Formats: sequence, C-alpha cells, structure tokens
Amino acid sequence: MPAMTEEKIEKFDVESIRKEFPALSQQVYGKDLVYLDNGATAQKPKVVIDAIERYYSKENSNIHRGVHYLSQKATDSYESARKTIQQYINAPLEEEVLFTSGTTGAINLVAFSFGELLKQDDEIIISAMEHHSNIVPWQMLCERKGCVLKVIPMNDCGELKMDEYSLLLTEKTKLVAVTHISNTLGTINPVKKITQMAHKVGAAVLIDGAQSIQHMPVDMQDLDCDFYAFSGHKVFGPTGVGILYGKKEILDRMPPYQGGGDMIEKVTFEKTTYNGLPHKFEAGTPHIAGGICLGEAFRYLEGLDLVELQSYEKELAIYAERELLKIEGLRIIGTAENKTSVVSFVVEGLHPFDIGTLLDKQGIAVRTGHHCTQPVMNYFGIPGTVRASFAFYNTKKEVDLLVKGVERSVNMLK
Amino acid sequence: MTLEEKQQDIIDEFAIYDDWMDKYEYIIELGKDLPLISENNKTDDRLIEGCQSRVWLDTAVVDGKMQFSADSDAIITKGIIGLLIRVMNNETPEDIATADLHFIGDIGLQEHLSPTRANGLLSMVQKMKLSALKAAAI
Repeated sequence: MPAMTEEKIEKFDVESIRKEFPALSQQVYGKDLVYLDNGATAQKPKVVIDAIERYYSKENSNIHRGVHYLSQKATDSYESARKTIQQYINAPLEEEVLFTSGTTGAINLVAFSFGELLKQDDEIIISAMEHHSNIVPWQMLCERKGCVLKVIPMNDCGELKMDEYSLLLTEKTKLVAVTHISNTLGTINPVKKITQMAHKVGAAVLIDGAQSIQHMPVDMQDLDCDFYAFSGHKVFGPTGVGILYGKKEILDRMPPYQGGGDMIEKVTFEKTTYNGLPHKFEAGTPHIAGGICLGEAFRYLEGLDLVELQSYEKELAIYAERELLKIEGLRIIGTAENKTSVVSFVVEGLHPFDIGTLLDKQGIAVRTGHHCTQPVMNYFGIPGTVRASFAFYNTKKEVDLLVKGVERSVNMLK
Repeated sequence: MTLEEKQQDIIDEFAIYDDWMDKYEYIIELGKDLPLISENNKTDDRLIEGCQSRVWLDTAVVDGKMQFSADSDAIITKGIIGLLIRVMNNETPEDIATADLHFIGDIGLQEHLSPTRANGLLSMVQKMKLSALKAAAI
C-alpha cells in the first residue's frame, strides 16, 4: 500500500531526532553525509558523547576497589548503568547482566564457559544465516570438546526452515544459538518459538541480539532465552562494550572465562576462589566509560516512543525496497515475510564493491561484501551484497538519494 | 618511457578531473576496455582473495623484462589494475622491486591500496614486487 507508507514516513518528526546526533550533520567529498551503515555501527546522541567527556573530565576512577570519593562515584555510575540495562531488557536480576567487550566477546564467553560443561558428541545447533561471531566460537568449541555442530537451513527468502529445525533437535542438543535479526537479510527470527522448542529437549538457547536490541523491545522474561548478547555501539552507545544476559541458574554452573582481578574472592598460590555474579565473569578493569555511557544510551532510548520509532524504521525500509526494485536488474537479498531495517541487494552483472565505491563518492555510506556472513553469500551464489541498514534518524530524502545514487552508479557501470 | 615517466603520464591524464564521479567514470572505462588475463588462466594459484573483490595475477619474465596480466571481478578494481600494469609492464625486475608507486596517491586513489580496503589490490602489488625480487635474484 504505497501511499500509506509514505504518509507514515512523512508524519514522523525525524528532524528533531537528527539534531541530537552530531555526526549526521557533516559532509563527505563536499556532499551531505547519508549514513546508511547502522548495521555496522550506530551514531551517538549528544547525551552519550557528553557523558563520555564528563566521565573522563570529572569521574574517571577505577571501580569496585577504591575507598575514595571518585572511585565510589564511578562505581555507582557503572552499577547504575547495569541496573538501567537490566530494567530495559526486563532481566529478573541485576547480576544476570554482564558487561562484556561486545557481542563477539559475549558469545566467546558462553562458548568457552558453558562449553566447559559439554562433552564429546553433545550437539550444538546454529542457523544458516549467522554472523561469523555466532559460528566460529561454536566451531572452536566443537574442535575442543568433540561436539557436533548442526545448522538450521533457510529458504530462498532468507527464512529459517522451522520444520527442519525440529528434526535437528535431539536429547543430545545442549545449545541452540541463533540471531534475532539477520544483519545481512533483515529477517526477524521467531526466537521465542525457537527457545520453547529447544527447552523441550533440555537445550539452552543463546540469542544474538546485536541487530535487534536497537530495533525492537526485547524482554528476557518473555523470550525465556538462557543467554542474550548485544553490542553497545550498535545501540547508540560506545564501542568496546556489550552485554551478555544469562539466567542466574546457568551462569552459576559455568566456570569463569577469564581470570584476573575482580573476579576473585580469595587468592593464594595453593588455591583461588571466585567471586559471585556478575563479577565472576568480569575480570580486570572494564571499559568503565563504555559501561556508564551505554547506560546513558539506554536512558536516551527510554525517553523516546520506541513503538513509533520502530514502525518508522520498518516503513523506511519498505519504501527503500520498493523504490530500489524499480531499478532494472536489481534484486533484494532477504525477502522474509517478517523483516526490518536492512536492505541488501545485488544488481545483475555488477559487483557490489563497484556500486558501493560509487555510492561512497556521492556521500552515501553503505556496506558491501559478505557482511561477515560468508555462508549466506555461498547460499545465494553471490560475492556479496550492497547493504543499506537504517536507524530512526534516517530520512525519506536519504532513501531517495540512495536510490538516485544507485541508479547513477548502475548507469556508469553498465 | 621509464616507469616514472609512465606514472607522470597518468597523473597528467587524471589532472583534468576535479569531480570524483568523472574520475571514476574514466577508471570504469579503463576497466571495461582493458584486455586482461585469459579465462583459462584464471586458476586458483593465480587468485588473490580479497574481502571485497577478487584479483587474478599472472607473472612472467620475457627477455629480462616483467610481463603482467591481471583481472578482477569488480570493474573499478580492474580499472586500477590497468593503470598499475601500464606502469609496471615491460620493466626490469630491479625497477619494479624498488618502484615507488606514488601515482596512485597522486590521483587520489590511495584508499584502494589500503589494507582495510581488502579488495586484493594491495596483495596484488605485493605479489608483483615479490615476483620481481625473485626474478632479480636469479
């Protein structure tokens, strides 16, 4: 329903939101920046940038171990951020929210520590559309422990074949790890159902939320997943920090991941005992500014009407797909019934790198290549895609510029 | 024409383009027109994998001079390959091994030779120089 989509888009006050993101109002190669690479990283609102400056100007101190004023202040801010995030994702307990270095760090933590509980011939299920960070740690675990890796196949639309998934589940399945939203295809997976089915055979579930936390409400208690991982920098926070949510019951059973300061209770050369949650999994001085400012990013989001934002993003992506499909030879990769915010495409006979390079020179930032999902590219038999990934500060005008830019690029290359 | 003179020629050709898109239009033309590596020479041992685009490179020494042919699955990469081969072809191994390929930066395309670009070009240039070093050592 074309008219409806454009009407919805025009109603949304995107300009007020854009003013809060300093990086958006710059020029590249003498042209206004059109930033459509939010799947790679999101731009930051001024409140988050100010919080970083404020931390290093006034609050910088090591946390958890000091007796002085600044260290107490920094500790309070850091733990308050943890609490904010706990509430945002509706995790039952604060100690179930672990700060990590990012999604990759979080998944590696689970692959190592939860992996220590597994034995030879135990089975792990992932899906055909996973990012390398949700493939490689499991492959490494399987090599280490002699476990078996199984893959849920997908169809040509980029949707998981749920009937095949149910056939893969056995009493040997110990973990199912899937992405919530695909970074390449935009597919929204039915993770609640996936979790229910896994739990029936006694398997735990890890959800890669790197691309979903910023696009939809996520409720740990509603999803009932055992682990949920995401990156701070994709949800308008700093790089170098992320979150792993884990159910207390399972985290308590897992041995520590990294050893060092803060994760210990008592250290002697004969024996060392470990701290409880969450510190057991937070060795060493963390990215303190990162954690505090990630809390700030979530506080910023809480002040917005998220349902409206998400609806706007979805409409923008639908509009973009519709307009792009008018270009001859253009094919959308990832046409799931349920998808959002990511538009990956290829143009017949042209290489994505060429299109992406020419878009760059027109001030349009997209991503090209395999997007760390080589298996997806192999499935579709393509070297890569051009990917435009939207956030709620992108505009209809930017989509129009993208479409014009692609048209111009295609004409130059053909 | 020396290697350096060939570089200067290219710099002069590109000097007329102010606009990025005009520059790339020219590079694309170079990419489309250049007859490069033959299809049956696009073997795995000649392939240089890149994150973004793939490059095939064939090297030979004929009468003491290096002969290169190369190709890419991306047109812009191919166009830049054309320029590199134009400069490096029919030169002695010594000249190639020590060549300072400043012309790429001078025409504003240094990003294509950056390791982060991962388009196979930097690896290709390194392989060309390595093959020249080997030929010079013989």
